[in-house]
Amino acid sequence: MAAQNLQSVPAELTPEEDAAGQAHFDRIIAEDSRIEPRDWMPAAYRKTLLRQVSQHAHSEIIGMQPEANWISRAPSLKRKAILMAKVQDEAGHGLYLYSAAETLGQSRDKMMDDLIAGKARYSSIFNYPARTWADMGAIGWLVDGAAICNQVPLCRASYGPYGRAMVRVCKEESFHQRQGFEILLELSNGTPEQKQMAQDAVNRWYAPALMMFGPPDDDSPNSKQSMAWNIKRFSNDELRSRFVGMMVEQVKVLGLTLPDDQIRFNEDTKKWEHGPLDWDEFHEVLAGRGPCNAQRLERRRAAHDDGAWVREAAAAYAAKQSKKTKEYAA
Amino acid sequence: MSTPNAPTTGHGDISTGVAGGDSNASATRITPGNALRPEDIALEVRTGLAKPTEDVAEYALRLGDDALILAQRLGHWISRAPELEEDIALGNIALDQLGHARSFLTYAGASMPNEDGNPQSEDDLAYFRREHEFRSVQLFEQPNGDFAATIARQFVVSYYQYELYRRLTESTDATLAAIAAKAVKEVDYHRDHSAQWVLRLAGGTDESRQRMIHGLRTMWPYVNELFQDDELTERLAQAGAAVAPSSLKADFDRLIEDVLKEAELEVPDVPAAPGGGRYGRHSEHLGYILAEMQVLAREHPGASW
Repeated sequence: MAAQNLQSVPAELTPEEDAAGQAHFDRIIAEDSRIEPRDWMPAAYRKTLLRQVSQHAHSEIIGMQPEANWISRAPSLKRKAILMAKVQDEAGHGLYLYSAAETLGQSRDKMMDDLIAGKARYSSIFNYPARTWADMGAIGWLVDGAAICNQVPLCRASYGPYGRAMVRVCKEESFHQRQGFEILLELSNGTPEQKQMAQDAVNRWYAPALMMFGPPDDDSPNSKQSMAWNIKRFSNDELRSRFVGMMVEQVKVLGLTLPDDQIRFNEDTKKWEHGPLDWDEFHEVLAGRGPCNAQRLERRRAAHDDGAWVREAAAAYAAKQSKKTKEYAA
Repeated sequence: MSTPNAPTTGHGDISTGVAGGDSNASATRITPGNALRPEDIALEVRTGLAKPTEDVAEYALRLGDDALILAQRLGHWISRAPELEEDIALGNIALDQLGHARSFLTYAGASMPNEDGNPQSEDDLAYFRREHEFRSVQLFEQPNGDFAATIARQFVVSYYQYELYRRLTESTDATLAAIAAKAVKEVDYHRDHSAQWVLRLAGGTDESRQRMIHGLRTMWPYVNELFQDDELTERLAQAGAAVAPSSLKADFDRLIEDVLKEAELEVPDVPAAPGGGRYGRHSEHLGYILAEMQVLAREHPGASW
C-alpha cells in the first residue's frame, strides 16, 4: 500500500544537466535555502538523508515499545490517557518521517523490511528496558529532552520535507518532555518509595540520554559533511553540552540529582562539561548487544508478520473496489 | 515554517514551560476547546454542583466500567497493530473510551462515598475495587484475539454505544446527557472505522474472510447481554434518566445487518451466553485484566501520581 505514488528517481541525466543540477544545489545550500524532492541533489546527499530520516522514523516506531510497556499498568487513569496519547504521537512521528523518507525514493515497505531484517539502525536508547513507572518520567524528561535538543535545529535542515516534518514533531516532543518532567515531579514529591523510584530512573537514563547526541566530535566522521550540507547545524558535543546545561537547572526543580559529580560550567569555553561516558557500552548496544535489542526487533517483527494477512486483505479489497469502479464507469 | 531561517523558538524549546510559566500548559489538559473533560466533572463533584442519584450513579458505573475495560483491551494494540495507521486508529478509540470511562466513573463516584464520607475518585473506583464489584458486561472483556476478533468486538460495541449515547443526550440527568453528547460524536467515528474493516476483511482474501467470520462468531454470544433490561434500567427509563437497553435492539439489528449484508456475511447463529457482568459475574478474563491494570496503584496505596 505504502509503495504507491513514490517520487520517482530522476532518469538518466546528461553530464551538462548534472553540472547544472550541482550548480543549482550548491547555490541553494550557499543561500541556506531548501532542497525539495524534485530538485537535483548529489547521490551522497540523498543517501545520507535517506539513512538519517529512515533511522529517525525507525527510532520513533521502536521507541513506542518501552512506553507501551506501561500503558496497561499506568497508576492513574489520567496518566494512562497521557501515556496512550504519547505513544500514539510516536506512531504519528514515524508516519511523517517515513513519508519524508519516501520522497527520497524508497518505499516504506522496504524501510520496514530493512528494520525487521536488522539491516537498519534506530536510536540505541530504546534498547534499554523501562523497568518502573518512573522510567516513563525519565524517558520523557531526559530522552525526549535530548531528542528535542537534537531536533530543534533539524527544523532548519536543508531538505524541505524533513525540516517541515521536524517542526511538527518538535511541537509534540516538547509536550512529551513536559509530561515526563511532571511525572518525575509528582514522584519526587510523593512517598519515599516514589522518590527513590524517580531517582533510580534518572540514574539509569542519564548517561544513555547523553550518548543520544552521538560520539564525541573527534570520533564522528560523518558530521562534517552533514554540517556542510546544512542538514546538521551543531556538533554532537555542542548539543550535548547545551543539554547538560538545561538538565542541571531542571533537576534542581525536581528535587533530584544527576548521577554525575563532574558537571561544571567552563568559564573559558562558556560551555557545560560533564563526566566521562562509557562509549564502549554505547558501541556494544549499537552492535546489537544491548539489554533489549533482540526483544525490540522481535516485537516489531511479530507485529509485522501477524499483520501481514490484514495488509493483504486491505490491498485485495482496494483492488476489487477499484475494478468495480472502472467497470461501472465503462 | 516556509523558510529555513525562520525562528524556531517555541517549537520544543525545553527551557520554557517546564517549571512554572503558562498555567494552561499542563499535560493533563488534553481536550481542546470547550469539550467536557473528566476534570470538569470532578470539579463539579467537589463543589457539589453534580451529584447523581444512587440509581444514576450505579448506571454511570456500568457504562464507565464497559468503557474502561475496553480501553484496557484496545491499549494492548498500540505498538502491535498490523499497520502504523492502525496503531494510531486503535489508540484513538482506546483514548476515547478511556475518556468516557473517566467521566462516567468520576460522576458515579460522587454518590459512592468512601469510608470518610467523601466522593470516590475515578482512580479509587478503577484501581481499588475487586473483580466482583465491576459492572461491565462480558463483551468488553473478551480477548483481543486476532485483528478480526478485535474488529468484530469493536463493530458490535460501536453500534451499541452509538444507539445508547444518542438517546442519552436526551437524559433528564444533565451530566449523563453532557457526557453522552461528547461520546456520541466520537463513537460515530468508531462505527465508521469498524464497519469499513468488516467490509475490507470480509471482501479481502479468503483468509481474511474466514477470520472475520470467526471473529464475529467468537463475539456474538456476548451480544445479547448488551440489551438486557433490569430493575435499575427500568426505574431510570421511567424517570427519563436512561433508556431501556432492550429499546436499542431494533436499531442496532437493522444497522448491523446493513453492514453485514454489504459484506455478504450472516448474523452469526450461535447460542447466547447468560451474561451477568452487571451483577459482578464475569468471564474468566476480567481477573487478569484487573491484576495487570491495578498492580502498581495497589503497591502504593494512598500515593498520588
